[in-house]
Amino acid sequence: MSRSALALQVGVVARRSVVRTLRQPAMVVPALLFPLMLLSINSSGLDSATELPGFPTDSYFEFALAIAFVQGALFSANSAGTNVSSDIESGFLARLSLTPLRRVALLLGQLAGILALGLIQALTFLGVGILFGAGIAAGVAGALVIVSLSLLISLGFGCIGAFVALRTGSGEAVQGAFPLLFAALFLSSMALPRDLIETDWFRTVADWNPVSYMLEGIRSLVITGWDGEALALGFACAGGLAALALAATSSALRTRMARA
Amino acid sequence: MSTAAIEIHDLVREFKKGPRAVDGIDLRVESGEVYGFLGPNGAGKSTTVHMLTTLLPPTSGTARVAGHDVVKEGAAVRAAIGAALQEAALDPFLTGREHMKLQTALHGMRGEDGRRRGDSLLERVGLTDAADRKVRGYSGGMKRRLDLALALVHRPRILFLDEPTTGLDPQSRSALWAEVQRLASDRGVTVFLTTQYLEEADVLADRVGIIDHGRIVAEGTPDALKAEIGRPSVEAIPADPANLPRTKEVLARFGEAVAASPKGAAVRLSRGEAQLAEVVRALDAQEIAVEHLQLHAPTLDDVFLAKTGRSLEGAGDGAPEHAAEAAPSEATSPRLVRQEA
Amino acid sequence: MSRASFGSVALAVGWRSVHNYFRNPAMFVPGLMFPLFFFTAFAGGLSRVDSVPGFDYEAGYTAFVYGFVLLQASAFGGIFTGFAIARDFESGFSRRMMLAAPRRSAIVAGYWIPALTRAAFNVAMITVIALAAGLEILGGGLDLLGLYTLALLVNAAAMLFGSGVAMRLRTMQAGPAMQVPAFLALFLAPVWVPYDLLVGWVHAAATVNPITLVLEAGRGFIAGDPVKVLPAFAVTLALAALTVLWARGGLRSAERAG
Ligand SMILES: Nc1ncnc2c1ncn2[C@@H]1O[C@H](COP(=O)(O)OP(=O)(O)OP(=O)(O)O)[C@@H](O)[C@H]1O
Ligand SMILES: [Mg+2]
Repeated sequence: MSRSALALQVGVVARRSVVRTLRQPAMVVPALLFPLMLLSINSSGLDSATELPGFPTDSYFEFALAIAFVQGALFSANSAGTNVSSDIESGFLARLSLTPLRRVALLLGQLAGILALGLIQALTFLGVGILFGAGIAAGVAGALVIVSLSLLISLGFGCIGAFVALRTGSGEAVQGAFPLLFAALFLSSMALPRDLIETDWFRTVADWNPVSYMLEGIRSLVITGWDGEALALGFACAGGLAALALAATSSALRTRMARA
Repeated sequence: MSTAAIEIHDLVREFKKGPRAVDGIDLRVESGEVYGFLGPNGAGKSTTVHMLTTLLPPTSGTARVAGHDVVKEGAAVRAAIGAALQEAALDPFLTGREHMKLQTALHGMRGEDGRRRGDSLLERVGLTDAADRKVRGYSGGMKRRLDLALALVHRPRILFLDEPTTGLDPQSRSALWAEVQRLASDRGVTVFLTTQYLEEADVLADRVGIIDHGRIVAEGTPDALKAEIGRPSVEAIPADPANLPRTKEVLARFGEAVAASPKGAAVRLSRGEAQLAEVVRALDAQEIAVEHLQLHAPTLDDVFLAKTGRSLEGAGDGAPEHAAEAAPSEATSPRLVRQEA
Repeated sequence: MSRASFGSVALAVGWRSVHNYFRNPAMFVPGLMFPLFFFTAFAGGLSRVDSVPGFDYEAGYTAFVYGFVLLQASAFGGIFTGFAIARDFESGFSRRMMLAAPRRSAIVAGYWIPALTRAAFNVAMITVIALAAGLEILGGGLDLLGLYTLALLVNAAAMLFGSGVAMRLRTMQAGPAMQVPAFLALFLAPVWVPYDLLVGWVHAAATVNPITLVLEAGRGFIAGDPVKVLPAFAVTLALAALTVLWARGGLRSAERAG
């Protein structure tokens, strides 16, 4: 199959996936609203935490802003999983597997909707952040880096959702996996910087949790400016997750399409 | 005083953004009667059933079921009736037996009593073997049978069945018919049954009401309704297929054409049965050898056609057709279908 | 022909929901996980905030968070039951119950059984984990009675609120309409730090939010130092009464729509 035919296939599937995702208010609205709600509540409710010695900023809002991006990505996992599982349940995937459509095309296409949603999320969170007084220390270029890191995180989590859907074929399983992903967010340096976490086991978990580094990558651009180490760790964790999840999803898709 | 099981006066139901689903219905069903409520999709059958079973309040008009007003005495009505609705209200996560347990408990039957009743009903509808499987894995016919059994738990005097055989295979359909007939004749249960199958109303119902656009357009016993229309059709199949066009020409003199088998021609006799002899003579005069000649009695399809001016399913272009008579299988019995003008 | 009592209908409805609940991990796992995660994430991760000046709560940060999560689990037990009700109305299963019950309020009462079961199950799990994580309850038997009675009332009110929404909208899409108000009521309160340490709009919201009182009274019971007991009970009873009316209106609306 020629290159341009592949591009065409990706385009067609991607278009459908974007339209389908953005046309479901139930997918878009909570994905924007819930992170903003948590951000707003936490930044006001936990502002006194900035008085802890060693806290990196005097605005909890700036500190918490990064959470919105990662929490938004968790919704991507849910949306991707729900989209794929409903494609499986409705037989749409089976129909696609009868066409000469290439697997990569299908995979990339399916994730386009998630990336579109991820982009809307990232821009919204960034806009809200700036509007309510979070200075982006790394400037305009930093804002662009935040958006791209955020998209990478969405891609990774989106693949996890798609993977669960492909392996189980069930929308319920996707919903069931959602709290587990939330655990990954909660057991990280979400609420406090890691060196201020008092409970030993919790700090250990947060140290090993890649989500901590994703948060800290975004956070560094907001609070400190250009921090090479934090960025490298953030991109490495997000990129690593995305690569692993993509590979797993691709193999799950192969199994599923062979079966369909 | 009324001994009627169901008595309806000028019943109306309007939906907010919808049509007048039921538009002033009057009817009366006597105790022990099987009443067939016949109509195409969207005619208002289910809406009527919902009002009679206290699931939906009427916009206006009155309805008494088992002598109780459906609005003011809902609890008394519910105690007297059983209903199997169009969408079988089943929980996919419960087994058949668990549904029985729920239903007997809902009706206040506890312990051993309820269990025995449940088991005997499951057996009666042939679900004993499947009783401990989740309903999620039941076939459409099994779900219908379970739904019927659940409706019978508290030995209702009046039974509402909303399209009970839609989606059933011929065997399950006749089994269900037999069960309904048994309930009516042995137990004296009054049955209010909606259907889109003309044949079903014909077989089961003592009396039939035809509903269209929320209004009753005809009512009576199936025979009376058919007699009122009264014009049979005749179908002829020539021995030599080459004679088919001429056969059509000859028949056309006796009435308007109706659909026939591919090898034959058929017309509705404009002056009734007596014309049959003339038809035979006319064919003979043209020297057309006939392999097969058959008189079809009028059916409820004809009644519907005459009352609404609209035709029935199977005739995509609007021509009336007698599919069931050409292929007398229950599975292909004709259904009323609304033809959009 | 037999006629069921209010109690037998309620029990039958309750039996079925509880039965389904424990049979479907997809139903009970999320309801359990969220309060658990909240508890571990915040009791573990945020414990340092109790050294912020002005944070005075005797029983420690674990107990502080436990007070919130207990309330959350009770409320969610009720709200998730609202989802189940919406599902029954969407699928038409509710008609089976509407057809059988002489008094339909028995159906709503019956749904309280799974709401309570969920909450009790979740609270038990959280309590075990909290105790393992070093929760110290300083209150005595009477304090505990007060604490769990409050939780029970909150559970009933949440379930009645959820059922009112479910029966008005009769679709699973109603999920957010139940969840968001419950979420806001729970979180616009002194969740992670005491009321005096809240700033900005959450402080203002917590001032008018009745849940603030409930939360403070609950934490008082845990610390063995009951505070604001009467106002808290008054507020929860009033909430329960209001939600009874709300649920009854919902039932009417469902009956009207068929
Ligand atoms: N809840 C509702 N809201 C709005 N309109 C409704 C509602 N229920 C029914 N209708 C409308 O009322 C009319 C009658 O519907 P009803 O379900 O009674 O028809 P029916 O005769 O049972 O049809 P079918 O054979 O398809 O079951 C239809 O036009 C339908 O769209
Ligand atoms: Mg119907």
